Amino acid sequence: MWIDATTPRAGRGAGGADERMIDVKHLTKAYGSFVAVKDVSFRAERGQILGFLGPNGAGKTTTMRIITGFMPATSGTVEIDGLDIFNHSLEARRRIGYLPENPPLYTDMRVEAYLRFVAKLRGVKRAEIDDAVDRALQVTGLTDMTGRICGQLSKGYRQRVGLAQALVHNPPVLVLDEPTIGLDPRQIHEIRELIRGLAGDRTIVLSTHILPEVSQICDKVVIINDGRIALEEMIKDIPEGTSLEEVFLHAIAREGHVESANAEETLEEVGAGHSA
Amino acid sequence: MRNTITIAGKELAGYFVQPVAYVVLTVFILLGGWFFFAMLRQFDEMVQLVQMMGQPDTLRQMNLNTRVIDPLLHDLSVVLVIVMPALTMRVFAEEKRSGTYELLLTAPVRTGEIVAGKFLAAAAFTLVMVALAWIFPLILIVFGNPEVGVMFSGYLGLFLLALSFVSVGLFTSSLTQNQIIAAISSFGILILLFVISWPAEAGGGVVWALLKYLSLPEHFSTMVRGVIDTSDVVFFLSVVATALFLTQRSVESARWR
Repeated sequence: MWIDATTPRAGRGAGGADERMIDVKHLTKAYGSFVAVKDVSFRAERGQILGFLGPNGAGKTTTMRIITGFMPATSGTVEIDGLDIFNHSLEARRRIGYLPENPPLYTDMRVEAYLRFVAKLRGVKRAEIDDAVDRALQVTGLTDMTGRICGQLSKGYRQRVGLAQALVHNPPVLVLDEPTIGLDPRQIHEIRELIRGLAGDRTIVLSTHILPEVSQICDKVVIINDGRIALEEMIKDIPEGTSLEEVFLHAIAREGHVESANAEETLEEVGAGHSA
Repeated sequence: MRNTITIAGKELAGYFVQPVAYVVLTVFILLGGWFFFAMLRQFDEMVQLVQMMGQPDTLRQMNLNTRVIDPLLHDLSVVLVIVMPALTMRVFAEEKRSGTYELLLTAPVRTGEIVAGKFLAAAAFTLVMVALAWIFPLILIVFGNPEVGVMFSGYLGLFLLALSFVSVGLFTSSLTQNQIIAAISSFGILILLFVISWPAEAGGGVVWALLKYLSLPEHFSTMVRGVIDTSDVVFFLSVVATALFLTQRSVESARWR
């Protein structure tokens, strides 16, 4: 597939295995007096799929909107491939593909025309637009739907078009906000397979509140609760026999004052409770 | 520049699949046709009356420009005040409501390019509208002998007027995600700019002169009379520039609020 296509690099990335593609540091976002996100820090490295977990209203969407440069943080920084999303906004945004909670479709456009528009908007070179659109259509299984009007598509297909627009410029970073919400089980399965297939060289952040989704497709899990990070852990480091559900419930039960430093403790407690 | 053209192209194509744009166009031309018919009828009656009374001097003074095109253009300008807010209300408000705003603002595109693209598309559609309204002068040219230069000046004035309406409409649309609010507030601003000189009719002084200067019909009337004065053109262009600047600030502030 086109995953291994060489992606234009910043020339300032660290190189090597420990490449931080997404580096979120001390992010805080306040809407007036309401603080939606409090001192959130986490990172994702090249090739990782990061599952961003949390109850509804925990601050997932806000965090993702800040990562993608849609809105600014009150304080804290986000770096994409070493580029600050605020100070080097255009360069950083060029490296991101973003699927918001609702697929951002122009309801009166046809699928292909829409993807061509997004490709142009995201700076795909004129000569490469045809190929880029074809690839995005193929990867998302939309080759038969090119002439359909976006507004008339079913929920599942809208989601695919949403994914296709996030992919069309072959970005090294993908941010997907609840990509499987509102789909039927078969569609959920298909989208998950799709996301797994997209990984490879890419870094993917996906938010969800479906736990099995994370253990199935992610390398790393970040749990956010009440605007704070409750856990940041590699899936493989979660003790054998401990379900993610236990970890999650335990993490969010701690009234939101748990910092990521306490992750080990959380896991130990859960592990102990499990073996007891 | 490329981004601006990309957005303008998509927007312009959007106008032609939007029922609103067609309704605006149809209302504009149909009402224009009715006004044209009414003016022409009056003109015809007047000519017959004057002929009957045998006043060749008066007859010679009557002309199609002042009796038909002049009032027609003023009527069309009022129609524009009503229909242009409907044309521009969706431009930003719709994107905010449907979530495509997130696509637009997370794309590697400058805010100014977005605003410019959207303005260019609306301007192009406006040009089509005003050009279609040339049907009325054309009829006069075929069946009468109006002064083409004066009509051209008047239509240029109508186009510039419409462009300032468009830019005000873009601004109010950028402030809200509710299309009705966008349309009504744009309508309010346009009406105000139409009547702003009313208290100034009687008096003099700097404030009154300023109000008079801000009045849209003041500058429009000059052009309808066939005078293309640089100061009037500059006035319309500065209204456009100011409104677009405010729009850019408004979109930018939504991004960094």
